[in-house]
Amino acid sequence: MIAAAVLAALAAACVLAAEGLTHAKWTWHAPRTAILLWQSVGVTWGLATTGALLAYALEPYGRGVVHGLVSLLTGFGYGVGDPRDMVRLLALAAGLMLLALLVALPLVAGARTLRARRRHRELLSLIARDEPAVPGVRVVDFPGAAAYCLPGLRSQVVISNGTLRLLSPDELDAVLAHESAHVRERHDLVLLPFAALRRALPWSKLIRDAQLSVELLIEMAADDRARRRCSPRRLATALLRFGAASTLPAPEGALGALGAPGGLGLPGASAGANVMARVNRLVRPETTIPAPHRFFILAGSAVLTASAPLLWLIPG
Amino acid sequence: MDILWAQSAPLTAREVGRLIEDRDLAPTTVMTVLDRLSRKGFLNRTRDGRAWRYRPAASRDAYVAELMLEALDMTGDRDAALTRFAQAVSGSEAEILRRALTELEDN
Repeated sequence: MIAAAVLAALAAACVLAAEGLTHAKWTWHAPRTAILLWQSVGVTWGLATTGALLAYALEPYGRGVVHGLVSLLTGFGYGVGDPRDMVRLLALAAGLMLLALLVALPLVAGARTLRARRRHRELLSLIARDEPAVPGVRVVDFPGAAAYCLPGLRSQVVISNGTLRLLSPDELDAVLAHESAHVRERHDLVLLPFAALRRALPWSKLIRDAQLSVELLIEMAADDRARRRCSPRRLATALLRFGAASTLPAPEGALGALGAPGGLGLPGASAGANVMARVNRLVRPETTIPAPHRFFILAGSAVLTASAPLLWLIPG
Repeated sequence: MDILWAQSAPLTAREVGRLIEDRDLAPTTVMTVLDRLSRKGFLNRTRDGRAWRYRPAASRDAYVAELMLEALDMTGDRDAALTRFAQAVSGSEAEILRRALTELEDN
């Protein structure tokens, strides 16, 4: 009973921690640390929630979740005797289903993402061209501002013609440094589970906020990496120019027919605020979190990540 | 693909080969490429005697639009397929950004 109770408490603590993290501002000073913390909170939440259900269900075995599951699968000693067993059975079903869901969701999302990327890559190979001025970057003839990276084993950085015209060479360098940071650190993989969870539970405000927070933290982490290679001020002006330009309706081309960018219900309510937050980080003198604090947070997330698997093993 | 987009009528592999500037390209290579493109759904083909006539399935602009809708995160799909430099902002926010930009450039 103790393991089940502790796991339930841990799951609740994770929800509270996630709630706190969505509002926290310190995370902006140490985006990489905060991303790690987010990941461990997410994994622990999943393991603790399923673990609590399973620990309760498998309590009669008295051998913990992992060994209890093994006994269940090998022994079938699970009879419904008194009414309390019914509840346990329900907990078992719920726990196993949730566990399967948490494993399957990212896999399904991953497959869908891979498909979307393959299609995108094929279209790029038909349409995009190489530009001698920016080697290694694919250019699409489109008047609006667009710059993104198509992640994968062979990641591609893509910019639009409009971006080439909009930004100065220095700013373009800054943008490309930012995008190659995404490529190198495989930020798409960080986002995948959060995006999958959000797709599965679109009504959950906490999950939506969590995904948006992680998205912003990833951008900040890429900004931090880019600023080592280029002037932070150029990156900031590029961000502002880019953000301000991306609302302009496309003057020509097929996008105009589909509706001007910004005219559709974009998740733009906080997009401007996010851009300003990133700009302020770049322009203001650096305020980082002192190393001991960061170490404390990292150690905390390590303990957190280890706690749930350990509790899965504890009998009783 | 560009050659087919530039033509109004569907072309055979031989005609495409003739329009390609690189004359060293073997006709079989052209045929293979056209075949692959049509199998991926980028070209539609119709029988014409012993040859196939190829026509683009969609205009170049339509493909550009598809790519850029995804790039600007306007498909309503929240999958993490791409990582973007900055998201589109609303009109009033753009004004704030523009003002911040002039401030930043002035000092």
